[in-house]
Amino acid sequence: MQYLLMIHAEEGGWNKLTKAEQEQGMAAYTAYTEALKKSGVLKSSNRLQPSSASTTVRVANGKPQVLDGPYVESKEQIGGYYLIDVADLDAAISWASRCPGASHGVVEVRPIWSMAA
Amino acid sequence: MSFGEGDAQARDHARNTADAVARRSYGKLVAFLAARTRDVAAAEDALSEAFAAALADWPRKGCPENPEGWLLTVARRKVIDMYRGRRRHEIAAEQLKIMAEGLDAAATVAEIPDQRLALMFACAHPAIDASIRAPLILQVVLGLDAKTIASAFLMSPAAVGKRLVRAKDKIRQAGIPFSVPERGELPGRLDTVLDAIYAAFAEGWIDAAGMDMARRDLTEEAMFLARLVTELLPAEPEALGLLALMLHAEARRHARRNRHGDYVPLAEQDPALWDSQMIDEAEALLRRASVLGSIGRYQLEGALQSAHVYRCRTGHANWAEVVQLYDALLALAGSPVVAINRALAIAEVHGASAGLAAMQEVAADVRLAEYQPFWAARAELLAKTGAQAEASHAYEIAIGLERDASVRRFLQLRQSALAPWPPR
Repeated sequence: MQYLLMIHAEEGGWNKLTKAEQEQGMAAYTAYTEALKKSGVLKSSNRLQPSSASTTVRVANGKPQVLDGPYVESKEQIGGYYLIDVADLDAAISWASRCPGASHGVVEVRPIWSMAA
Repeated sequence: MSFGEGDAQARDHARNTADAVARRSYGKLVAFLAARTRDVAAAEDALSEAFAAALADWPRKGCPENPEGWLLTVARRKVIDMYRGRRRHEIAAEQLKIMAEGLDAAATVAEIPDQRLALMFACAHPAIDASIRAPLILQVVLGLDAKTIASAFLMSPAAVGKRLVRAKDKIRQAGIPFSVPERGELPGRLDTVLDAIYAAFAEGWIDAAGMDMARRDLTEEAMFLARLVTELLPAEPEALGLLALMLHAEARRHARRNRHGDYVPLAEQDPALWDSQMIDEAEALLRRASVLGSIGRYQLEGALQSAHVYRCRTGHANWAEVVQLYDALLALAGSPVVAINRALAIAEVHGASAGLAAMQEVAADVRLAEYQPFWAARAELLAKTGAQAEASHAYEIAIGLERDASVRRFLQLRQSALAPWPPR
């Protein structure tokens, strides 16, 4: 089954870290991504730009309304994701718990809606 | 249309056979059907259709020699039909093939792999809302309907029904595994299963007297489940501890009420009314658990029961030992309820004032404000220190919080036995 691991974290947190801490953080994510790749479960992953770069779009009365900013204003925002393919929820939880994001934020484990067959 | 006597007999026989299979194998069949697809609701639906087909078929053709195999074959066909129909997009063709394989090689009951434990682990998975785990296990392993479960847990049947459906959807959609966790994870995960079983047992307790006939007692079901876990995982000390705890509590069931239906507290019970066979079994389980070398909440609670039984039978006061057991329990699974019982034991050793002081440490916990035993315990200790007015007030709150009429009467008697207040 495929699961999307969404990393919710405080956006300002990164900039409060010292340079050394940032490097350490980056190295942890690199190692984690490498581990996912090695075990053959990683489908894709990306870090996202801060939510200040977000734009929301909705069509009302046939007209697109475009707004600056994220859908939900909150201190915590999705900062990145991993799409993995594993046997079941327990395996997904086990990977989520290793994610550095689970230590500095929260990792949400969401199953992908399968369109197979 | 009229039925002859032979028809009526055939129908009775078919129904009795089906009832016996349901009692014996319901959970086993659901577990087997759901293990591949993780679709518990589909497994239950298919099985109930198979039972309906059996009641139509067996009176005419006679009961099959292997009724479990017959039901399983029919139910598996129904599951496959369901998937071909409405859930095609959710299941891979490969899985359908696996389901269909060996369809006609109907297994006898002994040949059906017992996956009930895996089913229980799925139902009590940490990703399932903790408060619905016990109802879910009672439904899928034992086949209880939402109405019976709702009545035992004092919830609305419609709400329970909805939450059960949601939990089954979650198992399927989130891909919760049907498996017994690996050695390293087992103790933690087993705790959630045992907690769910204990919740079913404890809910059954509230109406221990059976005064309220509309509410069904689930202690028997909970004990069946605990026994099942100990049979399937014979070397897990906490499972043994839980069964021992339940047996001890159950052994005293008939002593807990007198013949007028009035509540009798432990200290005033007649040990001759206890079920000594159950007590012996509980003691043997605790001994078995103790050599497995890992202590836990249920073993400690079982040991406490054991200590109470010893004291009441021999008249030998062992309160210091009881306090020690409560200390260990508090350190392991600190809860205000444990703290209250510990305070009562301390009062037996060091006097009521010391008990009240120990109780004061947790009195601020908001969960206790509506917890009847807290107020009853407080009232008892206050009365012993001579604080009659405060004791009376605490009894008043306890009486107001109690839902069992016979316990209410007991508390009222205690309250009226206090020295008159205000002094006349």
